[in-house]
Amino acid sequence: MDEKKTAWERLKLVHTKGRPTIRDYIPLIFDEFYEMHGDRLYGDDKAIIGGIARLDQTPVTVIAQVKGRDINENKACNFAMPLPEGYRKALRLAKQAEKFHRPVICFIDTPGAYAGIEAEERGQGEAIAKNIAEFMTLRTPVISIVLGEGGSGGALALGVCDELAMLENAQYSVVSPRGFASILWKDASREEEACNIMRITAEDMVRLGVAETIIEEPLGGAHNDLDKISENIKEYLSLKIPEKCKKDIDVLLKERYTKFRKIGEFTEHPVLPRISGE
Amino acid sequence: MLEDFFNVVKKRFNDTSDDDARPTVKCPRCQSPILQERYEELHRVCPFCNYHGRLSAQERISITFDKDSFHEINADMISADPIEFPEYPEKQQELRDITGLSDAVVTGVGKIKGITTVAGIMDSRYMMGSMGSVVGEKITRAFEYAAENKLPVILFTASGGARMQEGIVSLMQMAKTSGAVKLHSDAGGFYITVLTDPTTGGVTASFASLGDIIIAEPKILIGFAGRRVIESTIRQRLPEDFQLAEFMQEKGFIDMIVDRKKMRSVLAHLLELHGCSAKEV
Ligand SMILES: [Zn+2]
Repeated sequence: MDEKKTAWERLKLVHTKGRPTIRDYIPLIFDEFYEMHGDRLYGDDKAIIGGIARLDQTPVTVIAQVKGRDINENKACNFAMPLPEGYRKALRLAKQAEKFHRPVICFIDTPGAYAGIEAEERGQGEAIAKNIAEFMTLRTPVISIVLGEGGSGGALALGVCDELAMLENAQYSVVSPRGFASILWKDASREEEACNIMRITAEDMVRLGVAETIIEEPLGGAHNDLDKISENIKEYLSLKIPEKCKKDIDVLLKERYTKFRKIGEFTEHPVLPRISGE
Repeated sequence: MLEDFFNVVKKRFNDTSDDDARPTVKCPRCQSPILQERYEELHRVCPFCNYHGRLSAQERISITFDKDSFHEINADMISADPIEFPEYPEKQQELRDITGLSDAVVTGVGKIKGITTVAGIMDSRYMMGSMGSVVGEKITRAFEYAAENKLPVILFTASGGARMQEGIVSLMQMAKTSGAVKLHSDAGGFYITVLTDPTTGGVTASFASLGDIIIAEPKILIGFAGRRVIESTIRQRLPEDFQLAEFMQEKGFIDMIVDRKKMRSVLAHLLELHGCSAKEV
């Protein structure tokens, strides 16, 4: 593993043209993949795809945010910024997985949920909130993997899981570094500075209890060896999915709740410093 | 010349007002000037456009709960500094001193017309009501407490969203609180959300949108993404009423819009309709 990179250098890597996307990974990780479309309420969002696949011998449900590999693909998938119907499609497929006792694998790769008129009109907040709440009690194992960018609530909507893995250079953040700089300092150009103080790297996630595993990338980044990185992801899933499937579902749900329940740092009965006269 | 213009305006304004020395506030929605004391008398409701202004948690408690019935729980909890953000502890100390709050939410148990309920009241004066570790923990505990004691929950939301200074830890509070809401709900618990100005970002995308009944105060702002963010994405001005309570009701995300002066009795009725009653806890 390459541990010397700064968060900013990793962000650059994640934005490198040629970084593999979910469309590159699916054929190398899964044996079959039938894509399923639509939320049955409004439409079919192109920023989230979902379907049924086979991992080793096990049928699984795959839900993933889609980045484009070039400008045309990116336009088609709205730069991986989902609309509410994307999140509702994800939930529909997750519920279907629950019914047929299939584990769910979510791939996170988004700068954030789409911010626009139609997103607000169709309830972006409600769609994300509902996913978060429903995934918390979904009675089937859920594994999430952050492939590149995990931006804000738009990422978390696919991130309530039994275990979260990060690709080595992937990042997970409350808002994009650019958004962070513009909100806190009213200056989006301080993106690099924001990036380096926000604690958004895979190691930060493990330290803060957000992620459990870091999946190693080939030297120089995932784009240097697609076969190798796909193999690493598959190896991780082939280990974790059977492990989680073996667990009693009530135990698993309790552990899932506890995983998130314990994140947060505060003190109670604080002793406030007394200011003495000089 | 500009000075002349202001003098004319000032003169006109003074001619029509009874007492020019009395301070006024400007309504954030319709921009009308309102005498400060009149605004306070009306519990910060604009007499011209009915915009429902921001209240402190203390004011909200006093107009909502039976006298002396509200007992705060988990009061003395203060946030740590999970991502060692520059000057975050100092900033918080300053806000604690100014507001007398320990963070952006007050939680407790109280009675509304004799009916016992768990409640959380957010206060936008504290870092714009943003959700960090303390807000997340207190709201989670409130729902866990309510589930254990078979009590309803009413949350008055007011938030700019996630607490940036706590980074990813703040994002995870959305999962933590929503999880607790879900368990309370699965156990049959009744939860009313009262959206107040403003309810946006990570709070909208978590517990604020999960009420069995979602009420909003008139003319308040409700949304996921901020207005400026959307305007810069789409490069056009948004209509004035975009993301206001009435707009969100029209789009199907709000059950009812309730005036502040009727809120207490509406809440009491809804609690009653769900079989809630007086309980000593
Ligand atoms: Zn007004």
